[in-house]
Amino acid sequence: MTGAQKITLKGVAKAFGDKHVLAGLDLDVPAGQSTVIIGGSGSGKSVTLKCILGLIRPDAGTITIDGEDVTDLSRSQKEEVNRRIGMLFQSGALFDSLSVVDNVAFGLIQGKRIARREAQAIALDKLAQVGLGREVADLSPDELSGGMRKRVGLARAIATDPEIIFFDEPTTGLDPIMGAVIDELIVKTVKEMGATALSITHDMASVRRIGDRVAMLHDGKIIWNGAVAEIDQSGNEHVDQFIHGRAEGPIKMGVRA
Amino acid sequence: MNFLRPIGRVAISFLEATGRLALFTFRGVSHCVRPPFFPRLILRQMIDIGYFSLPVVGMTAIFTGMVLALQSYSGFARFNAESAVATVVVLSITRELGPVLAGLMVAGRIGASIAAEIGTMRVTEQVDALTTLSTNPVKYLVAPRLIAGTLMLPCLVLIADIIGVFGGYLISVFKLDFNATNYLQLTWEFLKPMDVISGLVKAAVFGFIVTLMGCYHGYNSRGGAQGVGRATTNAVVSASMLILAANYVLTSIFFGD
Repeated sequence: MTGAQKITLKGVAKAFGDKHVLAGLDLDVPAGQSTVIIGGSGSGKSVTLKCILGLIRPDAGTITIDGEDVTDLSRSQKEEVNRRIGMLFQSGALFDSLSVVDNVAFGLIQGKRIARREAQAIALDKLAQVGLGREVADLSPDELSGGMRKRVGLARAIATDPEIIFFDEPTTGLDPIMGAVIDELIVKTVKEMGATALSITHDMASVRRIGDRVAMLHDGKIIWNGAVAEIDQSGNEHVDQFIHGRAEGPIKMGVRA
Repeated sequence: MNFLRPIGRVAISFLEATGRLALFTFRGVSHCVRPPFFPRLILRQMIDIGYFSLPVVGMTAIFTGMVLALQSYSGFARFNAESAVATVVVLSITRELGPVLAGLMVAGRIGASIAAEIGTMRVTEQVDALTTLSTNPVKYLVAPRLIAGTLMLPCLVLIADIIGVFGGYLISVFKLDFNATNYLQLTWEFLKPMDVISGLVKAAVFGFIVTLMGCYHGYNSRGGAQGVGRATTNAVVSASMLILAANYVLTSIFFGD
Protein backbone atom coordinates (compact mmCIF):
# COMPACT_ATOMS: atom_id res chain seq x y z
CA MET A 1 0.00 0.00 0.00
CA THR A 2 1.17 3.54 -0.66
CA GLY A 3 1.65 5.98 2.16
CA ALA A 4 -1.13 8.30 1.12
CA GLN A 5 -3.94 6.77 3.17
CA LYS A 6 -6.38 9.33 4.53
CA ILE A 7 -8.36 7.00 6.73
CA THR A 8 -7.30 3.56 7.94
CA LEU A 9 -9.47 1.11 9.85
CA LYS A 10 -7.80 -1.90 11.45
CA GLY A 11 -9.71 -4.75 13.03
CA VAL A 12 -12.70 -2.58 13.89
CA ALA A 13 -15.38 -4.56 15.70
CA LYS A 14 -18.73 -3.48 17.07
CA ALA A 15 -21.54 -5.56 18.54
CA PHE A 16 -25.00 -4.46 19.62
CA GLY A 17 -26.09 -6.96 22.25
CA ASP A 18 -25.16 -10.34 20.76
CA LYS A 19 -25.40 -9.09 17.17
CA HIS A 20 -21.89 -8.63 15.74
CA VAL A 21 -22.30 -5.88 13.16
CA LEU A 22 -18.61 -5.30 12.50
CA ALA A 23 -16.25 -8.21 13.03
CA GLY A 24 -12.68 -7.07 12.45
CA LEU A 25 -13.09 -4.67 9.57
CA ASP A 26 -9.95 -3.53 7.72
CA LEU A 27 -10.13 -0.70 5.20
CA ASP A 28 -7.79 1.87 3.69
CA VAL A 29 -9.26 5.02 2.20
CA PRO A 30 -6.67 6.61 -0.11
CA ALA A 31 -6.33 10.39 -0.01
CA GLY A 32 -7.91 12.41 -2.79
CA GLN A 33 -9.93 9.49 -4.13
CA SER A 34 -13.53 8.44 -3.87
CA THR A 35 -14.06 5.15 -2.09
CA VAL A 36 -17.45 3.48 -2.01
CA ILE A 37 -18.49 0.83 0.50
CA ILE A 38 -21.19 -1.45 -0.86
CA GLY A 39 -23.15 -4.11 0.97
CA GLY A 40 -26.65 -5.27 1.74
CA SER A 41 -29.04 -3.57 4.09
CA GLY A 42 -27.99 -4.12 7.68
CA SER A 43 -24.44 -5.15 6.73
CA GLY A 44 -22.95 -2.44 8.93
CA LYS A 45 -22.17 0.28 6.37
CA SER A 46 -23.72 3.07 8.43
CA VAL A 47 -22.10 1.78 11.62
CA THR A 48 -18.72 1.97 9.88
CA LEU A 49 -19.25 5.64 9.02
CA LYS A 50 -20.52 6.42 12.50
CA CYS A 51 -17.44 4.77 14.03
CA ILE A 52 -15.14 6.98 11.96
CA LEU A 53 -17.15 10.06 12.95
CA GLY A 54 -16.95 9.08 16.59
CA LEU A 55 -20.73 8.81 16.94
CA ILE A 56 -20.26 5.17 17.90
CA ARG A 57 -17.28 3.85 19.86
CA PRO A 58 -15.97 0.56 18.41
CA ASP A 59 -15.47 -2.37 20.78
CA ALA A 60 -12.09 -3.20 19.27
CA GLY A 61 -9.70 -2.05 16.58
CA THR A 62 -8.18 1.30 15.64
CA ILE A 63 -9.23 4.09 13.31
CA THR A 64 -6.64 6.57 12.11
CA ILE A 65 -7.15 9.76 10.11
CA ASP A 66 -3.95 11.21 8.58
CA GLY A 67 -1.99 8.80 10.75
CA GLU A 68 -3.58 10.12 13.94
CA ASP A 69 -5.42 7.61 16.10
CA VAL A 70 -8.97 8.91 16.55
CA THR A 71 -10.48 5.82 18.17
CA ASP A 72 -10.45 6.95 21.78
CA LEU A 73 -10.64 10.71 21.66
CA SER A 74 -12.56 12.87 24.11
CA ARG A 75 -15.61 14.75 22.88
CA SER A 76 -13.79 18.03 22.37
CA GLN A 77 -10.92 16.35 20.52
CA LYS A 78 -13.48 14.63 18.31
CA GLU A 79 -15.09 17.99 17.55
CA GLU A 80 -11.65 19.13 16.40
CA VAL A 81 -11.32 16.11 14.09
CA ASN A 82 -14.86 16.51 12.80
CA ARG A 83 -14.04 20.05 11.66
CA ARG A 84 -12.12 18.37 8.82
CA ILE A 85 -15.06 16.14 7.91
CA GLY A 86 -18.32 16.93 6.14
CA MET A 87 -21.22 14.53 5.94
CA LEU A 88 -24.23 14.23 3.68
CA PHE A 89 -26.90 12.28 5.55
CA GLN A 90 -29.27 9.88 3.86
CA SER A 91 -32.36 11.97 4.52
CA GLY A 92 -30.44 15.24 4.53
CA ALA A 93 -30.83 15.63 8.31
CA LEU A 94 -31.44 19.34 7.78
CA PHE A 95 -32.34 21.26 10.94
CA ASP A 96 -36.00 22.02 10.44
CA SER A 97 -35.96 24.87 12.93
CA LEU A 98 -33.56 26.81 10.68
CA SER A 99 -33.89 28.22 7.18
CA VAL A 100 -31.98 26.70 4.26
CA VAL A 101 -29.22 29.32 4.33
CA ASP A 102 -28.80 29.01 8.12
CA ASN A 103 -28.53 25.25 7.71
CA VAL A 104 -25.69 25.64 5.24
CA ALA A 105 -24.03 28.35 7.35
CA PHE A 106 -24.35 26.31 10.56
CA GLY A 107 -20.92 24.67 10.48
CA LEU A 108 -19.29 27.99 9.63
CA ILE A 109 -20.96 29.85 12.49
CA GLN A 110 -20.79 27.17 15.19
CA GLY A 111 -17.74 25.20 14.12
CA LYS A 112 -15.50 27.86 12.63
CA ARG A 113 -16.85 30.87 14.56
CA ILE A 114 -17.32 32.97 11.42
CA ALA A 115 -19.59 36.01 11.77
CA ARG A 116 -23.17 35.35 10.78
CA ARG A 117 -23.35 37.75 7.85
CA GLU A 118 -20.12 36.51 6.32
CA ALA A 119 -21.12 32.86 6.88
CA GLN A 120 -24.41 33.46 5.09
CA ALA A 121 -22.59 34.93 2.11
CA ILE A 122 -20.40 31.81 1.91
CA ALA A 123 -23.52 29.67 2.31
CA LEU A 124 -25.16 31.38 -0.67
CA ASP A 125 -22.04 30.63 -2.73
CA LYS A 126 -22.18 26.99 -1.71
CA LEU A 127 -25.88 26.82 -2.55
CA ALA A 128 -25.09 28.23 -5.99
CA GLN A 129 -22.39 25.57 -6.35
CA VAL A 130 -25.03 22.84 -5.96
CA GLY A 131 -27.37 24.62 -8.35
CA LEU A 132 -29.69 26.36 -5.90
CA GLY A 133 -30.49 30.05 -6.24
CA ARG A 134 -31.16 32.78 -3.70
CA GLU A 135 -34.89 32.08 -3.85
CA VAL A 136 -34.56 28.91 -1.77
CA ALA A 137 -32.26 30.49 0.83
CA ASP A 138 -35.04 31.63 3.14
CA LEU A 139 -37.26 28.58 2.74
CA SER A 140 -37.72 26.13 5.54
CA PRO A 141 -36.37 22.60 4.88
CA ASP A 142 -39.87 21.08 4.98
CA GLU A 143 -40.80 23.13 1.90
CA LEU A 144 -38.16 21.39 -0.20
CA SER A 145 -38.45 18.34 -2.44
CA GLY A 146 -36.27 15.25 -1.85
CA GLY A 147 -33.73 16.26 -4.49
CA MET A 148 -33.46 19.79 -3.16
CA ARG A 149 -32.97 18.51 0.38
CA LYS A 150 -30.03 16.42 -0.85
CA ARG A 151 -28.57 19.46 -2.57
CA VAL A 152 -28.88 21.57 0.58
CA GLY A 153 -27.41 18.69 2.59
CA LEU A 154 -24.50 18.58 0.12
CA ALA A 155 -24.03 22.35 0.34
CA ARG A 156 -23.96 22.07 4.15
CA ALA A 157 -21.46 19.20 3.99
CA ILE A 158 -19.03 21.16 1.80
CA ALA A 159 -19.60 24.57 3.42
CA THR A 160 -16.55 24.36 5.68
CA ASP A 161 -14.32 23.07 2.85
CA PRO A 162 -13.64 19.75 4.58
CA GLU A 163 -10.78 17.46 3.59
CA ILE A 164 -12.99 14.41 3.96
CA ILE A 165 -16.63 14.06 2.92
CA PHE A 166 -18.92 11.17 3.81
CA PHE A 167 -21.94 10.34 1.71
CA ASP A 168 -24.58 8.13 3.30
CA GLU A 169 -26.68 6.59 0.51
CA PRO A 170 -26.67 9.76 -1.60
CA THR A 171 -29.20 8.51 -4.15
CA THR A 172 -31.61 6.60 -1.93
CA GLY A 173 -35.16 7.92 -2.20
CA LEU A 174 -34.53 9.84 -5.43
CA ASP A 175 -35.75 9.07 -8.92
CA PRO A 176 -33.02 7.73 -11.28
CA ILE A 177 -32.57 11.06 -13.05
CA MET A 178 -32.27 13.08 -9.86
CA GLY A 179 -29.97 10.36 -8.53
CA ALA A 180 -27.68 10.86 -11.53
CA VAL A 181 -27.80 14.65 -11.08
CA ILE A 182 -26.80 14.37 -7.41
CA ASP A 183 -24.01 11.91 -8.28
CA GLU A 184 -22.69 14.32 -10.89
CA LEU A 185 -22.72 17.12 -8.34
CA ILE A 186 -20.88 14.93 -5.85
CA VAL A 187 -18.18 14.03 -8.38
CA LYS A 188 -17.82 17.66 -9.44
CA THR A 189 -17.57 19.11 -5.93
CA VAL A 190 -15.24 16.41 -4.66
CA LYS A 191 -12.92 16.91 -7.63
CA GLU A 192 -13.02 20.70 -7.29
CA MET A 193 -12.19 20.57 -3.61
CA GLY A 194 -9.62 17.80 -3.95
CA ALA A 195 -11.30 16.10 -1.02
CA THR A 196 -11.26 12.48 0.02
CA ALA A 197 -14.72 10.95 -0.33
CA LEU A 198 -16.12 7.91 1.42
CA SER A 199 -19.61 6.84 0.43
CA ILE A 200 -21.87 4.00 1.35
CA THR A 201 -24.58 2.85 -0.99
CA HIS A 202 -26.32 -0.18 -2.43
CA ASP A 203 -27.13 1.55 -5.72
CA MET A 204 -24.73 0.01 -8.26
CA ALA A 205 -25.39 2.68 -10.91
CA SER A 206 -24.33 5.28 -8.35
CA VAL A 207 -21.22 3.28 -7.40
CA ARG A 208 -19.97 3.31 -10.99
CA ARG A 209 -20.59 7.05 -11.27
CA ILE A 210 -19.03 8.31 -8.04
CA GLY A 211 -16.48 5.66 -7.09
CA ASP A 212 -12.77 5.36 -7.83
CA ARG A 213 -12.47 2.38 -5.52
CA VAL A 214 -15.03 -0.07 -4.21
CA ALA A 215 -15.04 -2.13 -1.03
CA MET A 216 -17.66 -4.74 -0.34
CA LEU A 217 -18.82 -5.21 3.24
CA HIS A 218 -20.30 -8.55 4.20
CA ASP A 219 -20.70 -10.21 7.63
CA GLY A 220 -18.88 -7.33 9.28
CA LYS A 221 -15.74 -7.60 7.13
CA ILE A 222 -14.46 -6.17 3.88
CA ILE A 223 -14.51 -9.20 1.59
CA TRP A 224 -13.36 -7.47 -1.59
CA ASN A 225 -11.57 -4.23 -2.32
CA GLY A 226 -10.47 -2.87 -5.68
CA ALA A 227 -10.78 -0.27 -8.41
CA VAL A 228 -14.28 0.35 -9.70
CA ALA A 229 -13.25 -0.83 -13.19
CA GLU A 230 -12.31 -4.24 -11.82
CA ILE A 231 -15.61 -4.88 -10.13
CA ASP A 232 -17.06 -6.94 -12.98
CA GLN A 233 -14.02 -9.24 -12.92
CA SER A 234 -13.73 -9.51 -9.16
CA GLY A 235 -13.91 -13.29 -9.19
CA ASN A 236 -15.77 -13.03 -5.90
CA GLU A 237 -19.13 -14.79 -5.78
CA HIS A 238 -20.49 -12.40 -3.15
CA VAL A 239 -19.61 -9.35 -5.22
CA ASP A 240 -21.06 -10.89 -8.38
CA GLN A 241 -24.30 -11.69 -6.63
CA PHE A 242 -24.52 -8.17 -5.23
CA ILE A 243 -23.73 -6.20 -8.38
CA HIS A 244 -26.16 -8.26 -10.43
CA GLY A 245 -28.82 -8.17 -7.74
CA ARG A 246 -29.50 -11.91 -7.66
CA ALA A 247 -31.63 -13.40 -4.91
CA GLU A 248 -29.78 -16.72 -5.23
CA GLY A 249 -26.15 -16.97 -4.19
CA PRO A 250 -23.78 -17.15 -1.27
CA ILE A 251 -25.32 -14.11 0.46
CA LYS A 252 -28.41 -15.18 2.38
CA MET A 253 -30.62 -12.25 3.25
CA GLY A 254 -32.32 -13.05 6.52
CA VAL A 255 -35.95 -12.06 6.21
CA ARG A 256 -35.77 -10.64 9.69
CA ALA A 257 -32.44 -8.86 9.17
CA MET B 1 -33.37 -20.06 41.98
CA ASN B 2 -34.89 -19.06 38.68
CA PHE B 3 -37.46 -16.81 40.31
CA LEU B 4 -34.64 -14.51 41.47
CA ARG B 5 -33.60 -13.80 37.92
CA PRO B 6 -36.42 -11.43 36.95
CA ILE B 7 -35.93 -9.52 40.20
CA GLY B 8 -32.24 -9.15 39.48
CA ARG B 9 -32.93 -8.07 35.94
CA VAL B 10 -35.36 -5.38 37.07
CA ALA B 11 -32.89 -4.18 39.71
CA ILE B 12 -30.02 -4.02 37.23
CA SER B 13 -32.02 -2.18 34.58
CA PHE B 14 -33.26 0.26 37.23
CA LEU B 15 -29.70 0.97 38.35
CA GLU B 16 -28.61 1.30 34.72
CA ALA B 17 -31.34 3.82 34.00
CA THR B 18 -30.50 5.77 37.15
CA GLY B 19 -26.83 5.86 36.21
CA ARG B 20 -27.58 6.95 32.66
CA LEU B 21 -29.88 9.71 33.88
CA ALA B 22 -27.31 10.87 36.43
CA LEU B 23 -24.59 11.07 33.76
CA PHE B 24 -26.93 12.88 31.39
CA THR B 25 -27.88 15.35 34.12
CA PHE B 26 -24.24 15.97 34.93
CA ARG B 27 -23.40 16.56 31.26
CA GLY B 28 -26.39 18.84 30.80
CA VAL B 29 -25.66 20.95 33.88
CA SER B 30 -21.94 21.19 33.13
CA HIS B 31 -22.77 22.62 29.69
CA CYS B 32 -25.13 25.14 31.33
CA VAL B 33 -22.25 26.73 33.21
CA ARG B 34 -19.49 26.49 30.59
CA PRO B 35 -19.24 28.81 27.58
CA PRO B 36 -20.02 29.14 24.74
CA PHE B 37 -23.64 29.95 25.51
CA PHE B 38 -26.42 30.30 23.00
CA PRO B 39 -28.35 33.43 24.08
CA ARG B 40 -30.67 33.33 21.05
CA LEU B 41 -31.65 29.74 21.76
CA ILE B 42 -32.10 30.42 25.47
CA LEU B 43 -34.32 33.41 24.69
CA ARG B 44 -36.43 31.40 22.26
CA GLN B 45 -36.91 28.64 24.84
CA MET B 46 -37.75 31.20 27.53
CA ILE B 47 -40.48 32.65 25.34
CA ASP B 48 -41.80 29.20 24.54
CA ILE B 49 -41.73 27.94 28.12
CA GLY B 50 -42.66 31.17 29.89
CA TYR B 51 -44.83 33.30 27.67
CA PHE B 52 -46.73 30.64 25.75
CA SER B 53 -47.51 28.64 28.89
CA LEU B 54 -49.23 31.65 30.48
CA PRO B 55 -52.78 30.87 29.26
CA VAL B 56 -52.68 27.26 30.44
CA VAL B 57 -51.10 28.07 33.78
CA GLY B 58 -53.35 31.11 34.28
CA MET B 59 -56.52 29.11 33.64
CA THR B 60 -55.36 26.39 36.01
CA ALA B 61 -54.55 28.93 38.70
CA ILE B 62 -57.79 30.90 38.52
CA PHE B 63 -60.04 27.83 38.70
CA THR B 64 -57.96 26.32 41.47
CA GLY B 65 -58.27 29.55 43.49
CA MET B 66 -62.04 29.61 42.90
CA VAL B 67 -62.49 25.98 43.93
CA LEU B 68 -60.34 26.47 47.02
CA ALA B 69 -62.48 29.38 48.17
CA LEU B 70 -65.70 27.42 47.64
CA GLN B 71 -64.45 24.26 49.30
CA SER B 72 -62.82 25.86 52.30
CA TYR B 73 -65.88 28.07 52.83
CA SER B 74 -68.30 25.15 52.81
CA GLY B 75 -65.99 23.30 55.19
CA PHE B 76 -65.18 26.10 57.60
CA ALA B 77 -68.78 27.33 57.72
CA ARG B 78 -69.57 24.21 59.75
CA PHE B 79 -67.66 25.61 62.73
CA ASN B 80 -67.99 29.33 62.04
CA ALA B 81 -64.42 29.78 60.84
CA GLU B 82 -65.26 31.46 57.51
CA SER B 83 -62.63 34.12 58.12
CA ALA B 84 -59.93 31.48 57.53
CA VAL B 85 -60.92 31.18 53.85
CA ALA B 86 -58.57 33.93 52.66
CA THR B 87 -55.60 32.50 54.54
CA VAL B 88 -56.28 28.96 53.34
CA VAL B 89 -56.52 30.12 49.74
CA VAL B 90 -53.34 32.17 49.75
CA LEU B 91 -51.24 29.63 51.65
CA SER B 92 -52.43 26.66 49.57
CA ILE B 93 -51.76 28.50 46.34
CA THR B 94 -48.34 29.93 47.13
CA ARG B 95 -46.94 26.96 49.02
CA GLU B 96 -48.34 23.98 47.13
CA LEU B 97 -50.89 24.30 44.38
CA GLY B 98 -49.25 27.12 42.43
CA PRO B 99 -45.91 25.40 41.88
CA VAL B 100 -47.24 21.83 41.68
CA LEU B 101 -50.10 22.49 39.28
CA ALA B 102 -48.02 24.85 37.14
CA GLY B 103 -45.27 22.23 37.11
CA LEU B 104 -47.67 19.50 36.03
CA MET B 105 -49.26 21.67 33.32
CA VAL B 106 -45.85 22.68 31.99
CA ALA B 107 -44.78 19.01 32.10
CA GLY B 108 -47.68 18.24 29.77
CA ARG B 109 -47.05 21.20 27.51
CA ILE B 110 -43.30 21.71 27.46
CA GLY B 111 -41.94 18.31 28.56
CA ALA B 112 -43.90 16.64 25.78
CA SER B 113 -42.90 19.12 23.09
CA ILE B 114 -39.20 19.01 24.05
CA ALA B 115 -39.20 15.20 24.00
CA ALA B 116 -41.00 15.14 20.64
CA GLU B 117 -38.73 17.75 19.08
CA ILE B 118 -35.41 16.31 20.25
CA GLY B 119 -36.71 12.77 19.66
CA THR B 120 -37.58 13.62 16.06
CA MET B 121 -34.18 15.25 15.63
CA ARG B 122 -32.61 12.07 16.96
CA VAL B 123 -34.45 9.67 14.65
CA THR B 124 -33.96 11.91 11.58
CA GLU B 125 -30.19 12.05 12.32
CA GLN B 126 -30.27 15.79 13.04
CA VAL B 127 -28.57 15.14 16.40
CA ASP B 128 -25.78 13.25 14.60
CA ALA B 129 -25.61 16.06 12.06
CA LEU B 130 -24.89 18.52 14.90
CA THR B 131 -21.90 16.42 15.92
CA THR B 132 -20.56 16.30 12.37
CA LEU B 133 -20.83 20.11 12.28
CA SER B 134 -18.58 20.34 15.36
CA THR B 135 -21.42 21.30 17.67
CA ASN B 136 -22.02 19.41 20.89
CA PRO B 137 -25.70 18.37 20.84
CA VAL B 138 -25.96 18.53 24.63
CA LYS B 139 -24.69 22.08 24.64
CA TYR B 140 -26.85 23.15 21.72
CA LEU B 141 -30.10 21.33 22.52
CA VAL B 142 -30.14 20.45 26.21
CA ALA B 143 -28.41 23.31 28.04
CA PRO B 144 -30.59 26.17 26.67
CA ARG B 145 -33.76 24.28 27.60
CA LEU B 146 -32.53 23.48 31.11
CA ILE B 147 -31.59 27.12 31.70
CA ALA B 148 -34.87 28.45 30.29
CA GLY B 149 -37.00 25.97 32.26
CA THR B 150 -35.26 26.65 35.56
CA LEU B 151 -35.53 30.42 35.11
CA MET B 152 -39.01 30.69 33.65
CA LEU B 153 -41.04 28.43 35.90
CA PRO B 154 -40.60 30.66 38.99
CA CYS B 155 -41.86 33.62 36.91
CA LEU B 156 -44.84 31.58 35.76
CA VAL B 157 -45.60 30.48 39.31
CA LEU B 158 -45.40 34.03 40.65
CA ILE B 159 -48.04 35.03 38.10
CA ALA B 160 -50.04 31.90 38.89
CA ASP B 161 -49.95 32.80 42.60
CA ILE B 162 -51.46 36.21 41.88
CA ILE B 163 -54.10 34.83 39.51
CA GLY B 164 -54.97 32.02 41.93
CA VAL B 165 -55.45 34.40 44.85
CA PHE B 166 -57.52 36.61 42.58
CA GLY B 167 -59.72 33.61 41.71
CA GLY B 168 -60.35 33.00 45.41
CA TYR B 169 -61.09 36.68 45.87
CA LEU B 170 -63.65 36.69 43.04
CA ILE B 171 -65.63 33.82 44.56
CA SER B 172 -65.35 35.09 48.12
CA VAL B 173 -66.47 38.63 47.30
CA PHE B 174 -69.04 38.08 44.58
CA LYS B 175 -70.50 34.73 45.59
CA LEU B 176 -69.86 34.28 49.30
CA ASP B 177 -70.47 37.94 50.20
CA PHE B 178 -67.15 38.65 51.90
CA ASN B 179 -66.16 42.28 52.33
CA ALA B 180 -63.54 42.99 49.63
CA THR B 181 -61.17 45.08 51.79
CA ASN B 182 -61.51 42.68 54.66
CA TYR B 183 -60.72 39.70 52.43
CA LEU B 184 -57.56 41.27 51.04
CA GLN B 185 -56.46 42.24 54.52
CA LEU B 186 -56.92 38.66 55.72
CA THR B 187 -54.97 37.45 52.68
CA TRP B 188 -51.98 39.62 53.60
CA GLU B 189 -52.14 39.19 57.34
CA PHE B 190 -50.78 35.67 57.70
CA LEU B 191 -48.73 35.52 54.53
CA LYS B 192 -44.97 35.27 55.19
CA PRO B 193 -42.25 35.84 52.58
CA MET B 194 -41.15 32.25 53.08
CA ASP B 195 -44.51 30.96 51.82
CA VAL B 196 -43.94 32.58 48.45
CA ILE B 197 -40.19 31.98 48.29
CA SER B 198 -40.54 28.26 49.01
CA GLY B 199 -43.05 28.03 46.18
CA LEU B 200 -40.68 29.78 43.79
CA VAL B 201 -37.77 27.52 44.75
CA LYS B 202 -40.03 24.54 44.13
CA ALA B 203 -40.94 26.03 40.75
CA ALA B 204 -37.29 26.32 39.75
CA VAL B 205 -36.71 22.67 40.67
CA PHE B 206 -39.85 21.58 38.79
CA GLY B 207 -38.80 23.60 35.74
CA PHE B 208 -35.45 21.82 35.78
CA ILE B 209 -37.16 18.43 36.15
CA VAL B 210 -39.59 19.02 33.28
CA THR B 211 -36.96 20.20 30.81
CA LEU B 212 -34.48 17.54 31.92
CA MET B 213 -37.01 14.73 31.43
CA GLY B 214 -38.05 16.10 28.05
CA CYS B 215 -34.44 16.34 26.90
CA TYR B 216 -33.38 12.99 28.38
CA HIS B 217 -36.18 10.95 26.85
CA GLY B 218 -36.02 12.78 23.54
CA TYR B 219 -32.24 12.49 23.33
CA ASN B 220 -32.34 8.73 23.97
CA SER B 221 -35.35 7.91 21.80
CA ARG B 222 -34.96 5.08 19.31
CA GLY B 223 -37.03 3.53 16.61
CA GLY B 224 -38.94 5.99 14.47
CA ALA B 225 -42.33 7.50 15.13
CA GLN B 226 -43.20 4.93 17.75
CA GLY B 227 -40.00 5.63 19.64
CA VAL B 228 -40.71 9.36 19.63
CA GLY B 229 -44.23 8.69 20.89
CA ARG B 230 -42.86 6.54 23.69
CA ALA B 231 -40.28 9.20 24.56
CA THR B 232 -43.01 11.84 24.78
CA THR B 233 -45.16 9.73 27.09
CA ASN B 234 -42.20 8.80 29.26
CA ALA B 235 -41.12 12.42 29.51
CA VAL B 236 -44.53 13.58 30.76
CA VAL B 237 -45.11 10.66 33.12
CA SER B 238 -41.62 10.69 34.64
CA ALA B 239 -41.62 14.49 34.98
CA SER B 240 -45.01 14.40 36.74
CA MET B 241 -43.91 11.64 39.12
CA LEU B 242 -40.63 13.35 39.92
CA ILE B 243 -42.43 16.67 40.51
CA LEU B 244 -44.74 15.08 43.07
CA ALA B 245 -41.86 13.26 44.77
CA ALA B 246 -39.60 16.33 44.75
CA ASN B 247 -42.49 18.39 46.11
CA TYR B 248 -42.69 16.17 49.18
CA VAL B 249 -38.94 16.37 49.75
CA LEU B 250 -38.88 20.15 49.35
CA THR B 251 -41.91 20.64 51.59
CA SER B 252 -40.31 18.55 54.31
CA ILE B 253 -37.11 20.60 53.99
CA PHE B 254 -38.94 23.96 54.15
CA PHE B 255 -41.70 23.20 56.62
CA GLY B 256 -40.67 19.86 58.15
CA ASP B 257 -39.76 21.07 61.61
